[in-house]
Amino acid sequence: MNGVQRLGRWIGDHLVLFGGLLVVAYMFTPIAVVMLMSFNDNSRSRNIYAFRGFTLDNWTNVCGPNGMCEAVARSVGIGLAATIAATILGTLAAFALVRHSFVGRSAMNTLIFLPMASPEIVMGSSLLALFVATGNSGRLGLVTIFIAHVMFCLSFVVVTVKARLAGLDRNLEQAAMDLYASEAVTFWKVTFPLVLPGIAAAALLSFSLSFDDFIITNLNAGQTVTFPMFVWGVAQRGVPMQVNVIGTIMFLISLLIVVGNMLATRRKPAAA
Amino acid sequence: MSLAAESTSGSARSLRLTALTKEFATFTAVRSLDLEVPAGTFFALLGPSGCGKTTTLRMVAGLDTPTSGTIHLGQDEITYQKPYRRPVNTVFQNYALFPHLNIHDNVAFGLRRRGVKDVDRQVQEMLALVELEAQARKKPTQMSGGQQQRVALARALINRPEVLLLDEPLGALDLKLRRGMQIELKRIQTEVGLTFVHVTHDQEEAMTMADTIAVMNGGVIEQMGSPAELYENPRTTFVANFLGQTNLMPGTVAGADSDVVRVDMHGTQVSIPADRAHTREGSGWVGIRPEKVLLAPEGEPIDAPGNHMTGGVITDVSFVGVSTQYLVRMPWGQELMAFEQNTGRRAVLAHGTKVDVSWRPEFAFLLPATQDVNAGAVEEA
Repeated sequence: MNGVQRLGRWIGDHLVLFGGLLVVAYMFTPIAVVMLMSFNDNSRSRNIYAFRGFTLDNWTNVCGPNGMCEAVARSVGIGLAATIAATILGTLAAFALVRHSFVGRSAMNTLIFLPMASPEIVMGSSLLALFVATGNSGRLGLVTIFIAHVMFCLSFVVVTVKARLAGLDRNLEQAAMDLYASEAVTFWKVTFPLVLPGIAAAALLSFSLSFDDFIITNLNAGQTVTFPMFVWGVAQRGVPMQVNVIGTIMFLISLLIVVGNMLATRRKPAAA
Repeated sequence: MSLAAESTSGSARSLRLTALTKEFATFTAVRSLDLEVPAGTFFALLGPSGCGKTTTLRMVAGLDTPTSGTIHLGQDEITYQKPYRRPVNTVFQNYALFPHLNIHDNVAFGLRRRGVKDVDRQVQEMLALVELEAQARKKPTQMSGGQQQRVALARALINRPEVLLLDEPLGALDLKLRRGMQIELKRIQTEVGLTFVHVTHDQEEAMTMADTIAVMNGGVIEQMGSPAELYENPRTTFVANFLGQTNLMPGTVAGADSDVVRVDMHGTQVSIPADRAHTREGSGWVGIRPEKVLLAPEGEPIDAPGNHMTGGVITDVSFVGVSTQYLVRMPWGQELMAFEQNTGRRAVLAHGTKVDVSWRPEFAFLLPATQDVNAGAVEEA
């Protein structure tokens, strides 16, 4: 076997690996650019897309750009509020859909998918039409954004929690009742802990959907500016490098959650 | 919440079901069932799937509400009591171990709900009883089926319920493990002295473990008694077929005395003890278990008094080592099963051998002809 053949075989053996690496590179290049740009010393240049030198200024002076940190805080606030509301409502709806039979249940099971399937621009404009038609055009702002976000997060919560709940063995609750747990104790000791991963996933999903929504928010925000709207607004004039800092922080937080979750699930068996 | 703890400290009480009925939208699962399970016994509810045995068990556990009838524990009526208020615990068919809790916490669940002291010590003792003390920190999914089964048993037993309900707890185990667990369960029941009500469709399992078996079919109890009683003297064709194998031959009652009923079977008269004859007139099924059937080559003597049936031909021979199983075609066309112990007294009879057939009269039984001859028979048999 000569060198060329050996090389060919080595490549053949590792083809899947190369494919995987390509996919990873494809997905993470933009994130790497964002991270890199967060250290870009751009203060003397108008060209925001060129790397001029390394600096920590963007990190030490995150709130430098006018109005950005306010927009971030607003987005986080809306995200938290919408997540809490959508998670509670959606979880209750999921319980109703899985555990109770009522007239219109199957219709509701189908309708719950509609907001996920319909284009955001359609939902956003129809919501705006609704707000205007009900005479609330002057009140567009935090409340209308909150209502809009709860609406589009709800379907995701219901679908996620429903899947978890449907996979829950009813025998477990009966076993708990058989073992002297009242209905309430059964719920808190057995049902809730077992559905919790689904609820947590739904909440995380809700927050990220809410935080970076632009289209629906933009249509229903009035004068209020969220972080995505801020970025969109400044993009024409030149995005401040601090936006990359926020992007990097968001990425690191999600990474932390994912890794933390992985470690938590892996540690449990090891503890035995 | 100390209900169960208090009641267990008293003397053991029997479980009594009276006219218990459960109707679902489209069918009646349990039909006016009357049953008394004496305290401290190992009781089996045996029947094919859909016979109502699991529904009965769930009503005793409080997981299903009866349509009518009552359930008593001693003098107390518990018919409509919440499951968490009755001193009854269940070992579920699929174990239903809490996947988010480790073995220790699973077993401790019932004690903690009742606010019992020194939970840890009791859990350790219980885990020692089922030989799992080293696995206390594992999660249920990390254990084998047999281990999970023992955890489920420990989780129920630790509460010292007055009645322990077992819903086909061995169904998911392989044959070897099941045999081991049967012996183990019986040992534990004897040790702790609690009342066990065991639901199963496996007649061998019921016979091995139970003091008393109630055979259920179509929502009613067909017959109740000790394993030997049910096997030796079944009252219905269903019981005869469901518990082991049996030969049922058509005959006509020719006369009845105080102690025997004489039956004419295709020209041969056989007598059946009166206490084993469940009809005394008209036609009926004469039943005899295959291992009670005696064979001999044509004309040779058979160790049984009374008449021999002649003209049989062996149509099938299965040598299984411990015994030989024959099929004998009788002159009227029916094939009788005959099991002969491999004592070495005689060589295995060859296919096609002409044989005479007989049995000791005290082993035969007579059932009414109105009953379905195939009721309860296993498909493959």
